[in-house]
Amino acid sequence: MSEPLLVVDNLSVTFSNQGKSVYAVRGISYTVNKGEFLGIVGESGSGKSVSSTAVAGLLPSSAHVEGSIRFNGRELLGLNDRQLSEIRGSEIAMIFQDPLSALTPVYTIGQQIAEGLRLHDSKLTQKSAEARAVELLKTVGIPNAERRAKGFPHEFSGGMRQRAMIAIAIANDPQLIIADEPTTALDVTIQAQILELLQTAKEITGAAVVLITHDLGVVAGNADRIAVMYAGKIVENAPVLPLFRTPVMPYTIGLLRSMPNMSDASTTRLVPLEGRPPLLTTRPTGCPFADRCPAVKAICRTSEPPLAQVHSPTGERHVACHRADEIVAGTLRRDEIFPIPAAVPSSEKSTVDPDIVVEVTDLKRTFPLTKGAIFRRRIGTVKAVDGVSFTVRRGRTLGLVGESGSGKTTTILEVLELAGAESGSILLDGVDTATLTNKARRAIRGNIQVVFQDPMASLDPRMIVEDIIGEPLTVLGAPRSEIRRKVANILELVGLEPSFASRYPHEFSGGQRQRIGIARALVVEPKILVLDEPVSALDVSVQAGVINLLEDLKERMGLSYLFVAHDLAVVRRIADDVAVMYLGRIVEYGPSDLIFNEPRHPYTQALLSAVPIPDPEVEQSRQRIMLTGELPSPTDDIVGCNFRARCPLYQLLPDDRKVLCQTDDPAERPVLGRQVACHHAESNLLVGQ
Amino acid sequence: MALLQPLLPSTEISEPDVALDSRNRSRASLILRRVFSTKRAWIGSTVLGFIILWAFIGPYLYQWNYLDQDGLAFSVPPSASHWFGTNDIGQDVYAQTLIGLQKSLIIGLIVGPLAALIAGFVGATAGYLGGMWDRVIVWFIDLLLVLPSLYLLVLLSPLFKSLSWLALVVFLALFGWMVLARVIRGQTMSLREREYVKAARFMGVSGFAIIRRHILPNVASLLIIDATLGIGAAILAETTLSFFGFGVQPPDVSLGTLLALGSGSAITRPWLFVFPAAILVITVLASSLLGDALRDAIDPTSGATNE
Repeated sequence: MSEPLLVVDNLSVTFSNQGKSVYAVRGISYTVNKGEFLGIVGESGSGKSVSSTAVAGLLPSSAHVEGSIRFNGRELLGLNDRQLSEIRGSEIAMIFQDPLSALTPVYTIGQQIAEGLRLHDSKLTQKSAEARAVELLKTVGIPNAERRAKGFPHEFSGGMRQRAMIAIAIANDPQLIIADEPTTALDVTIQAQILELLQTAKEITGAAVVLITHDLGVVAGNADRIAVMYAGKIVENAPVLPLFRTPVMPYTIGLLRSMPNMSDASTTRLVPLEGRPPLLTTRPTGCPFADRCPAVKAICRTSEPPLAQVHSPTGERHVACHRADEIVAGTLRRDEIFPIPAAVPSSEKSTVDPDIVVEVTDLKRTFPLTKGAIFRRRIGTVKAVDGVSFTVRRGRTLGLVGESGSGKTTTILEVLELAGAESGSILLDGVDTATLTNKARRAIRGNIQVVFQDPMASLDPRMIVEDIIGEPLTVLGAPRSEIRRKVANILELVGLEPSFASRYPHEFSGGQRQRIGIARALVVEPKILVLDEPVSALDVSVQAGVINLLEDLKERMGLSYLFVAHDLAVVRRIADDVAVMYLGRIVEYGPSDLIFNEPRHPYTQALLSAVPIPDPEVEQSRQRIMLTGELPSPTDDIVGCNFRARCPLYQLLPDDRKVLCQTDDPAERPVLGRQVACHHAESNLLVGQ
Repeated sequence: MALLQPLLPSTEISEPDVALDSRNRSRASLILRRVFSTKRAWIGSTVLGFIILWAFIGPYLYQWNYLDQDGLAFSVPPSASHWFGTNDIGQDVYAQTLIGLQKSLIIGLIVGPLAALIAGFVGATAGYLGGMWDRVIVWFIDLLLVLPSLYLLVLLSPLFKSLSWLALVVFLALFGWMVLARVIRGQTMSLREREYVKAARFMGVSGFAIIRRHILPNVASLLIIDATLGIGAAILAETTLSFFGFGVQPPDVSLGTLLALGSGSAITRPWLFVFPAAILVITVLASSLLGDALRDAIDPTSGATNE
């Protein structure tokens, strides 16, 4: 058999900065065959992006690259930029994470595609290049391609830009497409579209694809083979099915068990991977995962295991672990490596009456859209929240889900303001927040606290942890000694050392910082905790620990959560009730199990089916309900159902039943134990999941 | 460089067992080390330090008082007895220069930081409160900016002629904060959207406490720099005013009044003019050098840190 398309052999990348070295990639080897789909998975800082940027020769000059990269039998390392440019874009194409910064803002999309074409084919005329650009845009599913080709990048939405990037990537029929986190910045429904498009692109061009991601779910359904990277090394490289079924490296095992799985309603607790990856500023002496690995032995501390071939009943694979043989043989059982954290004993659970603590009725919030610098004219209204009603009961969790722009965050900010609503009412413990005096508002603040998404941005970098956590107490005028005592207690409660109180936020890892954020919210013993995407900024392995903490705290303290998230797997884990939002409205609202198992609104169905599931078998047998298009602008005045334009059900309806959707705005009504805002919820036979 | 970004934060996370004060100190010392890694900072701070010491200790080590008149020496050039010479009525120029320097330094050291303080407070208030408050404050700032401050000070000078020189200090500070206040306002407006400020607001922390606790410490670097740079500017402003007779009034002396008196005879009896002028130039230069070095150390994007 001929040589594989891409052979990376013992590749090392070292960055030198002011005399300090960062060993980003430390001797990795892998191959990509023609037409193969390789997924490279790793946490942030694992070197996954750096290694593939090295393949494309796009590393900055401060990087020191060693080893060998052979593409089609030709050595790429050592080629100059000119020689590399001939290969880049024609034989190797790249798709980046952020398509806005990857596209030049001053050229039209059509020009940028045409440029890529003409660079590698000098015989092509400008006119035929442009015609081909339009053709390519059609291929990647951009409607009105002729008109869109004349559009500038900022006129495209995120998903459209990524489509345009893929059009540029496949323009010259590449043999290898490297996609670096292509869907991370996108909503799930758009992510599903892009991943499908990537598969289509692969089929059209016959190219091999290297997909780099942190999300195991994304590669489960697409990749043929997966390489798991950790601390600058590949620690496991195996075909997709065996990797998910019988992972061997403890890191892979832990990663898979720390991920919440949406398709799985089981209540076994997630297994967090404690600790954090080692700093890459020194070369580790032993296995880099040793500090976080429960199955660590003495040898793991002293010598780094090489990536070696392992024979297992499920096929060949490469693993870097001293105990790989034991794990394959079954003497070291996978499910025993990571102890499942104990649940809160029932004696410590607090029992609370399920009173209603938050009641929101018909909440509306609009923002004026103005134009003009001196004389502001109102040219329209953005309906950010358009008639939302929900209740949260004590000790229960309401999950608010939806794509970005659906009004989730605006809704919770309205609740947090405690200043009434523009229209509708917000009741906290039965008290209408619009009627509060300033004094009463300050008193009620202690009942409702918030945890933000980004644990770095929500902690003041110039304050020590004790002052950060103690800040809500100063509002209540608590004496210094009491603040100190309470902070120490709360730190212990969220699983941090009380001695951490005198440190600054930048000394902590992301997961620890989020725990500090949670501690700050809890120190005044609130009844309601508003959680705005509390785990989405964290690495998967750290996420599990924070999710477990939130579950424990709820049970111990009888808290109510108002939980906003776009990650449905996390919501399924933690929420008792779910409200699905679309364009400022709730389209489906009811008990979590009911909605996840048997969604009735076509939007919910599409949303659920777009979520990647970290299980290749489930992924391959799943029937996807694709949403066409993207979220319409909330400034539009839509007559009838506002989901109509994207609705998969609407397209299947006979004409006489479509009329209702075109003329009548569906109101929420009870259907099979939950509230649904759809005219045809009962007869909706689209297959969920 | 962008590729390095995901890697670098991890290098920043420090070893876990560092006590608070050493961390705190190391942070401050890091900035100090950056400041003094430049030659400018060394020169600026050393010279400024010497000038301050000299201005305040010098008079005690000298035989002449600045008001004494030496009946035996009218307008004599520098000599062993009168180091900088004497003026028309026999007053010692060296003694007068030192006292004038004292006054100018005090004015500079008060006005610079005071203006920065006003700027910080007004700017942060406007930026944080926003809305109507913001518009009124900005309107007021702009009004002060378009009014020529020198002209106003001249108009107001009869008022502070009757008061002590401290009134001059207050007026100089009142006209020196506007530009910085606008900068601080802009910074505050972006800080206001930070999640930790939002978090504090949802905790029920009052607006004033948020400005004091979260906003001002985060713009402190700007304020410190401007306070330092302001020293030189204030000395110059005072000198200008005094030169034209609107600032410090006799029998008080400042570098400005000395220059005014000496300017007429700069050619014929240069010692009356050259010494105060040289000291003024050196003082302003030294404080500007230090201010520049501070700015570069705290804000790495502002330009050449490595000389």
